[in-house]
Amino acid sequence: MSQSITSTLSPSLERFTALFTITQPKKLAASIVIPFIALLVFLLLWSAGASHIQTSLGVFPGPAKVWEQTLALWDEHQAARAKEHAFNERMQKRVEKAIAAGKPQEKIDRIRERSYTGPATFIDQIFTSLGTVATGFILASLIAIPLGILIGMNQTLYQAFNPIIQLLKPVSPLAWLPLVTMVVSAVYVSKDPMFSKSYITSAITVTLCCVWPTIINTAVGVSGVSKDLLNVSRVLRLGWFTKTMKIMLPSSIPMMFTGLRLSLSIGWMVLIAAEMLAQNPGLGKFVWDEFQNGSSNSLARIMVAVIAIGFIGFLLDRGMLLLQKQFSWDKSAVLR
Amino acid sequence: MNTYLDIDHVGITFPTDNGPLTVLDGVNIHMRKGEFVSLIGHSGCGKSTVLNIVAGLLQATEGGIILEGREVNDPGPDRAVVFQNHSLLPWLTVYDNVRLAIDQVFKKTKTREERHEWTLHNLELVHMSHAMDRKPDEISGGMKQRVGIARALAMEPRVLLMDEPFGALDSLTRTHMQDSLMEIQADLNNTVIMITHDVDEAVLLSDRIIMMTNGPSARVGEILDIDLPRPRDRLELAENPTYNHYRAEVVRFLHERHLDKDKDKGNEAPPSVAKKQQAEKEAQSEKEEIDQLRMIG
Repeated sequence: MSQSITSTLSPSLERFTALFTITQPKKLAASIVIPFIALLVFLLLWSAGASHIQTSLGVFPGPAKVWEQTLALWDEHQAARAKEHAFNERMQKRVEKAIAAGKPQEKIDRIRERSYTGPATFIDQIFTSLGTVATGFILASLIAIPLGILIGMNQTLYQAFNPIIQLLKPVSPLAWLPLVTMVVSAVYVSKDPMFSKSYITSAITVTLCCVWPTIINTAVGVSGVSKDLLNVSRVLRLGWFTKTMKIMLPSSIPMMFTGLRLSLSIGWMVLIAAEMLAQNPGLGKFVWDEFQNGSSNSLARIMVAVIAIGFIGFLLDRGMLLLQKQFSWDKSAVLR
Repeated sequence: MNTYLDIDHVGITFPTDNGPLTVLDGVNIHMRKGEFVSLIGHSGCGKSTVLNIVAGLLQATEGGIILEGREVNDPGPDRAVVFQNHSLLPWLTVYDNVRLAIDQVFKKTKTREERHEWTLHNLELVHMSHAMDRKPDEISGGMKQRVGIARALAMEPRVLLMDEPFGALDSLTRTHMQDSLMEIQADLNNTVIMITHDVDEAVLLSDRIIMMTNGPSARVGEILDIDLPRPRDRLELAENPTYNHYRAEVVRFLHERHLDKDKDKGNEAPPSVAKKQQAEKEAQSEKEEIDQLRMIG
């Protein structure tokens, strides 16, 4: 038993340290220098092209302006944090004063309840977006994986569900949004809601759009279990539960992860659109607000958001890829 | 003869789009306990079908399989199968693959320690103890097949069924595996049916060679008793005239089948060679298709 633990630890440890060992300087140089040069060329082209595009909001922002706005957004975030900190300190002093003056308990509680009501900063919005996409994605996975397994195992269920899946799969989130908004407004009524309605609406829209790749890929993975392995389970007389847990599920994990990875990337794209319309205080809303604002800095700030969205999407995908490499036993699949 | 395993007038007909296809027709084989039988014949004649019927993975439409006086219909660990494609679970280590079978068969009759010991014992039998913790994609084809054999033996089957177990291996590995198998057979004295295409392998390993006619409607063509003393050494036997005679017999049988000199009685007028080959091809692909459908369903 302990043998297998150390044997799974040491390869991971080896892989980790391998990331930091420079084995071939020439290859490393090539793999850094080439993308770097490409990036430089891209920035130059962008800068040159942008200066030629005149819009009603001013010249299209080049890399310099975008960088300027990145710093500005970060400063704004810091300033807002400082403000909030000061506010909380003031509130704390008021509470202490009230206790010392012997004011009634409910008044003290009411002072405590007052929270900082400044606008959400760019960084806050990033975290809101991440939270929303996580909620939507996890909800989608919880629905899609069991459903995919059932559909994959049963031909009748597959024939029943397949038309519906094919019909709903291509629907744009923007089409779902009004329906979801109305339903959430009607159903989600509470005096003290834990999540705002826009949050729920965005999360559900993400779920509706990103549930399909996982269902389909899981079903394909489960139904494509090798006949030989099924024969092994028959000779061993494995019970239905044992067969599912020990043969069908492990066999379909690579396909399942492919589906999850696709779902996450679709979910992230859908989220931005959903937030824009549902006004969930995330990156989508940021873009929309900047657009409505129409200041001379707006386009640059929107570009910052675009880069942030792209970069976060990239990180999310890499994260899923790491998980897939860890859990997927299919070494023959090329994972990139 | 004290019949241990009786393949009793087994026939199987598949319903296909082109009408019913009789792959086997009246296959009759009686086996003693501890006997090693090779099943040999041309591709597509239905050897794997016979094995699958004995294993219970397919149901015969005529006749049946009687093991120790009782009919057997369903697959089970008492008729363990070694597949051509090793069929190891790729996400489990070598140890876990064998342990899975043992846990399933001996859940109630052996304690955990005993099962662990039994796993180690069987891995040692096939000389795979050193690679116990490796996954199937980290070991060679020959090693994978050894694990497959270990898994089958670990179930303590009454009959061991091997479907071209060494077919996917290179020549050298095959000779090592054959030697290992003879060693194990001398030790355990299992009742074995092995499908093979290799004439040398068949003569070297078996007590009897059963040669099947071409499909469709295949049946037993000729039976050859191999009267060579054990243990058998391949280098000695290469010079042995009896060995060479047996070898020649099998080759003659296969060659004649190939040239379509039909020696069976009670067959209808043989079609032309091209048509027969076409029918063989169709039989093979249809059989595969039906196998697939049956396995999934």
